[in-house]
Amino acid sequence: MDTSRRDFLILGSKMFVMTSVAASAFEHVLAGTPEAAATYNTADHWWAMVIDIEKCVGSGHCVKACKLENGVIDEPYYFRTWVERYHVDPLDMDHPKVDSPNGGIDGFPETYPDSTTTGKTFFVPKLCNHCVDSPCTQVCPVGATFRTNDGVVLIDKDYCLGCRYCVQACPYGCRYIDPRTNTADKCTLCYHRITKGLQPACCETCPTGARQLADLKNPKDPVHEFLRTHQIQVLKPQMATGAKIYYSGLDGSVR
Amino acid sequence: MHGVQGFMYPNEIELQWSILIVLYPYITGLVAGAFILASLERVFNVQAVRPTYRLALLTALAFLLVAPLPLQLHLGHPERSFEMYLTPHTTSAMAMFGFVYLWYLMVVLLVEIWLDYRKELVLAFRASTGLTRRFYQVLTLGSNNISPASLRIDDRVGRIVTIIGIPSAFMLHGYVGFIFGSIKANPWWSTPMMPIVFLFSAIVSGIAMVMLLYIVLNWWRRAAIDMVCVDTVARYLFYAFLVDFSLEMLDLIHRIYEADESFRALDFMVHTKLFVSQIVLQIVVGTLVPIALLGAMQLVRVAPRVRVNVYLAAGILTLIGIFAMRWNVVIGGQLFSKSFLGYTTYKLGFATKEGLLPAILLMILPFGILAVLLRILPPWEPAASHEPDAAPEAAAV
Repeated sequence: MDTSRRDFLILGSKMFVMTSVAASAFEHVLAGTPEAAATYNTADHWWAMVIDIEKCVGSGHCVKACKLENGVIDEPYYFRTWVERYHVDPLDMDHPKVDSPNGGIDGFPETYPDSTTTGKTFFVPKLCNHCVDSPCTQVCPVGATFRTNDGVVLIDKDYCLGCRYCVQACPYGCRYIDPRTNTADKCTLCYHRITKGLQPACCETCPTGARQLADLKNPKDPVHEFLRTHQIQVLKPQMATGAKIYYSGLDGSVR
Repeated sequence: MHGVQGFMYPNEIELQWSILIVLYPYITGLVAGAFILASLERVFNVQAVRPTYRLALLTALAFLLVAPLPLQLHLGHPERSFEMYLTPHTTSAMAMFGFVYLWYLMVVLLVEIWLDYRKELVLAFRASTGLTRRFYQVLTLGSNNISPASLRIDDRVGRIVTIIGIPSAFMLHGYVGFIFGSIKANPWWSTPMMPIVFLFSAIVSGIAMVMLLYIVLNWWRRAAIDMVCVDTVARYLFYAFLVDFSLEMLDLIHRIYEADESFRALDFMVHTKLFVSQIVLQIVVGTLVPIALLGAMQLVRVAPRVRVNVYLAAGILTLIGIFAMRWNVVIGGQLFSKSFLGYTTYKLGFATKEGLLPAILLMILPFGILAVLLRILPPWEPAASHEPDAAPEAAAV
């Protein structure tokens, strides 16, 4: 076959252009695929968390650890996880008093001394529920937020438009817009840690072990024993989001 | 915490959607409403409203061109907005906006306006010289045949486009309602009534806007106001308003009677933070008063001069009321906590990216565009413009 230098150059540059286009298109196809560690297989895991309300003492360590580990902006109103304190008066069970000073990051001032008040007081740690049928991923106009194969809801910050529709759609108030990037942000379940066999920062630092990471696909995970022996509830079950943060000892007044 | 009563989830304290997102349904509503008024003449053959036909189309176009701007300005990353066209997420209501918008702009509105003006464009092209000639030549798109047979085809195609346009206008705004109505996390928004309430309030606002523009522009031009036309438009405004008000009341009564878990929180909000904008501005000043004014004009016959002024007042109040309605939906839906245990405050900036100033500028912009459109494509019937002083009494109305 006779190939002149001119033909060769034309063909070569065509191939170069097409390969570059295909490569950049493929990057779009890959957007939304989680970073995989060498030995980590997403199909082998299904992540969740169990929270034992009776163990939580409202220390706020989880909030602090989360902010440090994930570089969450250190100001009020931006939390990947926070702790709420509920006080339920027996005469008005439907309308609990709730507070969460600065997300509970420095613990809670004593407001309800045991001797002077009736009713009960308890702490509820909150975070993204990593819902199976998550309303936030449903509404994202470009699919910048998505659920991974192993059941974690993540956000692609390079793709997020910052339209805030997901923040509106989350029934649990778990999302916010990071003012530094103008994109949505929320708990990743410390995906960078759990895919390396580590615990999320909040679980690692919890002084009472109230928060436990759970891999529901791992038959050896102690979560199975916990689920067998405890009454489990999720937040706002009427929202039918398939929430995967499982609470033990959750009071009916919590919303 | 300043501006917070009770308990909000910490991430909820700052509002996500600002006054710009209030403008978005307000502006698209004006578009849909104006178009539906135009289609009354075209499809349903209501000859009386003919003088407003072209004005309504141009109004729709002027507002439609501005409609995406508040959204664009609001985005954290406006430079990525084109991704909505390239990689739309099919389960997202918002992802469809670009397509609905383009369909409405390119397939419905521009085609209908072009077909309707084609004859004038060709005549203007033939009568002018120099740059103006070039300009009109471009607008004719090279289609210079204005024989009666050709114009008949234009008319028939225009009619078909309008027939396609009506469901498109319904879709454009019903869809905007769906963006809010489909958010199950928010009980203030989540109702299947939302698209239909949005639609009828859109029709109301669009008709009111075109009616106002027709009256004011004719005063400006010192031209006679066609009272039969204005009376008819006002009557349609009255009917649309009755339907709109009934739907909104149905929604309200339903909420009050059912009194579900969110009711106490929402009821408190309506009686406190939303009292002025919801009860006073939206329901009383913006709905009951204009309905009473328009209704009175159906019952008692008064002089044209008085009637026009009453219509003017009713129209202005209507536009205020519908704006308040959009405000109450968008802002109101973010003032309460999804825990139903507390309330936050909306702090409206002035000269900030999403402040009052850009909102005002965005609301002035469509009128600027309309002024240009009116110059390029005069909507007035030739007879009226040639004899501005023919009916001095009517003109003085």
